[in-house]
Amino acid sequence: MSQNSDLTLHQQHVHEAHAHVGEHTHRDDVGSKMGMWLFLFTEVLLFGGMFILYASYRFMYSDAFKVAAEHLDTYVGAINTIILLASSCAVVLAIVSLQKKNKRLCLGFLWFTLACGAAFMVNKYFEWGHKIEIGIYPKGPALAEMSEGEVLFFGLYYVMTGLHGLHIIIGMIFIGVIMAMIQKNKITHDNFQKLENSGLYWHLVDVIWIFLFPLFYLIH
Amino acid sequence: MANGSIAVPAGREEVVDFYKHESKHKGIMSWLLTVDHKRIGLMYLVVMIGFFLTAMTLGFFMRLEMLTPGQTLMKPQTYNTLFTLHGVIMVFLFIIPGVPAVFGNFIMPIQIGAKDVIFPRLNLLSWYLYIFGGILALISIFTGAADTGWTFYVPYSIRTTTNVSLTVFAAFVLGFSSILTGLNFVTTIHRMRAPGMTFFKMPLFVWGIYATAWIQILATPVVGITLVLVILERTLGIGVFDPALGGDPILYQHLFWIYSHPAVYIMILPAMGVVSDIIATFSKKPIFGYTPIAMSSLAIALVGYLVWGHHMFTSGMSDTSRVIFSLLTFLVAIPTGVKVFNWVASLYRGSIEITAPMLYTLCFIFVFSIGGLTGLVLGTLNTDIHLTDTYFVVAHFHYVMFGGMGLLFFASLHYWFPKMFGRMYNEKIAKLACIIFVIGFNGLYFPMFIMGYLGMPRRYYDYLPEFQTYHVIATVSSWIMISGILLMLANLLRGLRHGSTAPENPWDATTLEWTVPSPPPMENFDEIPVVTKGPYDREGLKEASLKH
Repeated sequence: MSQNSDLTLHQQHVHEAHAHVGEHTHRDDVGSKMGMWLFLFTEVLLFGGMFILYASYRFMYSDAFKVAAEHLDTYVGAINTIILLASSCAVVLAIVSLQKKNKRLCLGFLWFTLACGAAFMVNKYFEWGHKIEIGIYPKGPALAEMSEGEVLFFGLYYVMTGLHGLHIIIGMIFIGVIMAMIQKNKITHDNFQKLENSGLYWHLVDVIWIFLFPLFYLIH
Repeated sequence: MANGSIAVPAGREEVVDFYKHESKHKGIMSWLLTVDHKRIGLMYLVVMIGFFLTAMTLGFFMRLEMLTPGQTLMKPQTYNTLFTLHGVIMVFLFIIPGVPAVFGNFIMPIQIGAKDVIFPRLNLLSWYLYIFGGILALISIFTGAADTGWTFYVPYSIRTTTNVSLTVFAAFVLGFSSILTGLNFVTTIHRMRAPGMTFFKMPLFVWGIYATAWIQILATPVVGITLVLVILERTLGIGVFDPALGGDPILYQHLFWIYSHPAVYIMILPAMGVVSDIIATFSKKPIFGYTPIAMSSLAIALVGYLVWGHHMFTSGMSDTSRVIFSLLTFLVAIPTGVKVFNWVASLYRGSIEITAPMLYTLCFIFVFSIGGLTGLVLGTLNTDIHLTDTYFVVAHFHYVMFGGMGLLFFASLHYWFPKMFGRMYNEKIAKLACIIFVIGFNGLYFPMFIMGYLGMPRRYYDYLPEFQTYHVIATVSSWIMISGILLMLANLLRGLRHGSTAPENPWDATTLEWTVPSPPPMENFDEIPVVTKGPYDREGLKEASLKH
């Protein structure tokens, strides 16, 4: 970021801030995006702590982790991966549509994103439901029979995919709010930073899944 | 809290300060729903002093219990609860958020020539999270208070029947508040600086806040997830750390200290920024070695992120990692030394004026040097084996934390008091309180170094009779120290009501916050200033203020 452009940008805010004295609000798209990126850093670190745990326990119990991973259905995982990738693509298309002033198309893509999120959660529900049914859950009968490494695998599985699922739900709410704002023309083709931020968040949730999928489903 | 009329300099329009500014909301709501960084800063201050006094009282009773060997006035379980709550409240509600939340909020935006932080509403949300976390912590006191110590080490924190989950959740919420504040400050400092205010024209307090904010962003999430895992282990029985389920308790310690050691620098870095500002102001000369001091803040933040293992020298780690962590720990002493030497060099041939904030700051340099050097004793592998989990550690971290952040919090409070409230306090009483405090402080914590060296373990409710002399000295000194604190606060409260009106720049200081009225108007600046000089340049100060 060159100092010069920084300065001019700043003068713009000053100007804008002066336009409505008495309020502390002013628009700074670069700042808003920067704040979002910093927030995404914290999310990465939040999951980072879990990935450290996963790495340590995988190292300590590599055999048991292989055995436990057999219980997971690779096909369901793969379908969920495709769903999330498609939804991320839709978010990008939604932003481009809005930039091209096509509000209807933009909302359409966002509806598709929400549908993907919901489909992902439905899959997750059946996946978890099936495991709980056969007794693989913390303190569950089937898990009690398993070795320590497998217990840890499923402990991490539930916590990490659960936390990820929670992020999907938060992301869907985030996008839903943004959609309402687009509907009310509060987000428009020349003021779409909030939409972009929600997109960034959605991509992060997607990226985290891209790591969870191989770690739990693919490594046997 | 409203103040009397403000002295109006000749040729200047009457300014409405932010206390009297008419906003959408009236009365208490004009505070609770405010997005003004100054009001939010003050709300933090009020609540924080409340928490500080609560935790201080808990500490007072702990010391009282230690007056005689055996049971003096409470049961062992009560004592365990007391040191846990004393630690949790002091660490999470006072020391970590203290300087950034209060002075970072109130002063930093003005110092960089901004009207507010970049995300004012997020700022208010941080405050509410802080309050929410604080309330949860207080509720946990009355619903089976935790007895794990503030570190919540597993497996005990999973097994104990006390209500650890709530206390842990409180810490998690407070961490979230801290993350949002850090995020807000980093973005503010990048985006809101006045024209001409380049990074190397920022006051050193802003550098301190900047380095701190990065640690808040990068370290806090790790402890957040770790604490969530403890709650999940307790409530759902998910095995992650519990050795009974194959988990590794040492991993918990790693994850905990990956945050909690950098947190030590969250506590001290902004406070160190205050030192630079105060020393430059009261030596009446530019700070010596501006760039090294600014860079050392970043260096401390960076290296401080990599030294967490020194909390675990005795809990099971390979010799290689121990040597590496020990080496890295020594490296932190270098940027810290850079700061101390530059401060002392700034004093050299300055026209030093010993005011209350300056006195607190000088006492800080003395006390903190003791704390810092004893830290090296603990960072050395072989001496640490002897001293770990003794009173030596307790003495060390009280010297760096309370003697560091605590003293500097008081220094900042005195330094910026005129700006924040538009009133002066009684200078003589402020200095007297400082001297009483420092005498009590050393009397309280120095004997702990000796006791620790002789083998008195920390967190014990009972002790062998041969330690009693030291314990009596410490307990009596705690009374002296507390009277110093109470005198200081009483003096400030009196100043608030009866103090003389503060001028715009009572200290003849050079940074931007002293160019606006005391207390500042709602928007801080009528017109965003254009910065052309360094933060501590005294040349051109007169002309600038005349022009203004």
